[in-house]
Amino acid sequence: MERTRLGYLLVAAGGFVGAVARYGVDVAAGDTTGLGTLAVNLVGSLALGVIVGSAATTRTRLFVATGALSSFTTYSTFVGDAVALGTLTGSAYVAASYALGFASAAVGLLIGGRL
Amino acid sequence: MTGAASAVLLVGLGGALGAAARHAVGLRIEGSPSIAVVNALGSLALGGTLAAPVGSAGTLLVGVGFCGAFTTFSSFAVETVSTATSGEITRAARFAAVNLAASICAFLVGTLLVDALTGGLD
Repeated sequence: MERTRLGYLLVAAGGFVGAVARYGVDVAAGDTTGLGTLAVNLVGSLALGVIVGSAATTRTRLFVATGALSSFTTYSTFVGDAVALGTLTGSAYVAASYALGFASAAVGLLIGGRL
Repeated sequence: MTGAASAVLLVGLGGALGAAARHAVGLRIEGSPSIAVVNALGSLALGGTLAAPVGSAGTLLVGVGFCGAFTTFSSFAVETVSTATSGEITRAARFAAVNLAASICAFLVGTLLVDALTGGLD
């Protein structure tokens, strides 16, 4: 399934949805603060933890996890925001994103394990 | 100026391609290194895109759409936590540090590279 045309199609369709949703949050949050990126990364990490922790089917994993949630969150814009914020604020932004992101993923995995 | 509808299409198309490309990398590189690879490569590309004279449409398609979706924070976070909770704390810490260091360096290299190539254009 992962390597089939349908597998790629599910991932790409999820990627479309996830990227557009992230763009919507970015526009709502304003461009340069990094807060929109932080928000999508925390929400997406929590939700991905739930999916990974649960016994989701391969199709669900490809569309929702690999496609939508992995594209909803972003590492490149996170790094771009951190660099743009400068050494001091940027470091605090990275530390907050890491600490809160790991906590979100951990909570998600716990929730997913109980489903 | 890009209209709202075309902005959504550009971001969505870039996102679909970025996610599929990330999936292709994931199928070729086993386990957690694939996440570090896409995050560093995507940060390199974003640094280059933001420095390049690609206009708002190019930024939406490649920067926000493709690079944003090709790289992933959620898979990175879940992978780090899973590694740590399986008892491999050192490996988890190294993975988190390598992602950050490689991606920041790649982003800066991408910026400098495109600045050097387009020097004098803008």
